[in-house]
Amino acid sequence: MFEHYLSLAVKAIFVENMALAFFLGMCSFLAVSKKVDTALGLGAAVTFVLTVTAPLNYLLYTFLLKEGAMSWLGPQFVSIDLSFLRFLAFIGSIAASVQIVEMIMDKFAPALYSALGVFLPLIAVNCAILGAALFIVERDYTLGESTVFGLGSGIGFWLAIVALAALREKMVYSNVPAGLRGLGITFIVTGLMAIGFMAFAGIQL
Amino acid sequence: MRFLRTFLDKQAPLFEEGGKLEKLFPLWEATDTLLYSPSSVSKGTIHVRDGLDLKRMMGIVVFGLLPIVFMAMLNVGRQAHLAIAAGATPLENWQTGLFQAMGFQFTNALWPNFVHGAIYFLPIFITCFAAGGAIEVWFSIVRKHEVNEGFFVTGFLLPLTLPPTIPLWQVALGTAFGVFIGKEIFGGTGMNVFNPALVSRAFLFFAYPAQISGDAPWIAANFAGVDGFSGATWLSRAATGGMEAINNLGADAWRQAFIGFMPGSMGETSTLLCIVGALVIVATQIGSWRTIVGLTLGTFAMSFVLNQVGSDTNAMFALPFHWHIVLGGWAFGTVFMATDPVSSSFTDKGKWIYGFMTGVLVVLARVVNPAYPEGMMLAILFMNMFAPLIDHFVVQANIKRRAARHEAVQ
Repeated sequence: MFEHYLSLAVKAIFVENMALAFFLGMCSFLAVSKKVDTALGLGAAVTFVLTVTAPLNYLLYTFLLKEGAMSWLGPQFVSIDLSFLRFLAFIGSIAASVQIVEMIMDKFAPALYSALGVFLPLIAVNCAILGAALFIVERDYTLGESTVFGLGSGIGFWLAIVALAALREKMVYSNVPAGLRGLGITFIVTGLMAIGFMAFAGIQL
Repeated sequence: MRFLRTFLDKQAPLFEEGGKLEKLFPLWEATDTLLYSPSSVSKGTIHVRDGLDLKRMMGIVVFGLLPIVFMAMLNVGRQAHLAIAAGATPLENWQTGLFQAMGFQFTNALWPNFVHGAIYFLPIFITCFAAGGAIEVWFSIVRKHEVNEGFFVTGFLLPLTLPPTIPLWQVALGTAFGVFIGKEIFGGTGMNVFNPALVSRAFLFFAYPAQISGDAPWIAANFAGVDGFSGATWLSRAATGGMEAINNLGADAWRQAFIGFMPGSMGETSTLLCIVGALVIVATQIGSWRTIVGLTLGTFAMSFVLNQVGSDTNAMFALPFHWHIVLGGWAFGTVFMATDPVSSSFTDKGKWIYGFMTGVLVVLARVVNPAYPEGMMLAILFMNMFAPLIDHFVVQANIKRRAARHEAVQ
């Protein structure tokens, strides 16, 4: 069992990295990767939200939304299928968790809170997080698997954004052509990073 | 030689500001400094410890690479002739035509081997320089900087990592990609974040896998259908057959692999000459011994762990350390790619960590990832990505330590 979870986590971190294999969560990935310290903070926030919301959304889906999910309420609910509501429901639970993170951070890490600025509430619409919830539905993960998958995807995103931030700090000394400065060169670096991450593509665990 | 100097000086006004060919100044400057030491000297109060400039630095690396270049030519010819002796036919291309027109036979002897190999190596080498050089010059004209010697090393490294049978247009495309995307858009030599030669190779590897991976491209002969002959690199034989396949190569196999007489990318086969190269660049302090030692330790640690763990299904687990370091691109990558002072970590502690992690990753990629038998290229590219991060944490730790010491003193 442990081995299964470990391989799932490794897969989520390296092989199917949210940012560099699926290119999900690109907006915050590109925007908050100018400094290592803020990237570390955002990565931690994303990891936390993913770890919380992945099992939460799993429970929501299995006990409320899926076809026949509400049969535990009584026989008359067996035929109800609310899965068309899953986008709304997932976003709702994600937004709530982000709100909690935001309040905690405002209280205990005000410097990081102001450094992240608008990108903290924007985690709510980070595609990596919604993507993880949808992958869980698509791949029929169990509760344990969803939690590990959420944590793994978060760590993968964290790793990627911190590495990009360090690269960008180093690239301050590069002489990039004017037209490519800022986001342009960051997109190219992201592509090159994705090639690096292909070292893990094809690993069977 | 004086007339050459006067000739160059006579042309100078043409290229200087206001001259007719002002735009081509970088090209003239490059030719001039290649032939003569520049007469410009530093102005103001500047402390020069050593006149080690980019030109000398790159020159030393190229010097360390030269034995490997000759070995590459020798081995390409040798492998082809061994295949032909085993029943393969020579490839039907102009290289074979030229070789025969020069009056050579397909025999496994020093000069035929060398010439046959050179006929394959040199066109790839020249293509690489032409394509990469053209982009370099184009950028220096448009962006008005000097043509850098940095490309010399990339131009030497890349052909050595390619198989002898690769089509030349792919060489040109790959070099162009590596120099353009891997280096020039970051501002040129010293400003890139990934190793340009490896970016080129990775591009070719993913874009045209048929010509740069598998069993076919490593020997310049047509051996399809020859009984009992395999063109696979020894590393991929190990990947499919484990230690059994390695033991089948004969008792002398390790020594041959160490010297470099086995199929593979042109320059990667000889661990012995890579060690010679390592001595050159470490003695001149261009490559860091910390990275090399760290990488060796990482490889040793990871292969030892995997040997102990063992596996019933994956034969690669059993490959011991002393085989890992002679097979594939391990030695070449360790000495010439991982030590690249631009794309690896800068701090001393960072170099240890960077090297160690690369070593661990190489073994992991080779053993655990069935998609690629070789892991060196991607492991180094992967660690290039994390090199600045390692530096960041090393520097932060240092700041914290010194701050604490400062507090303690007060």
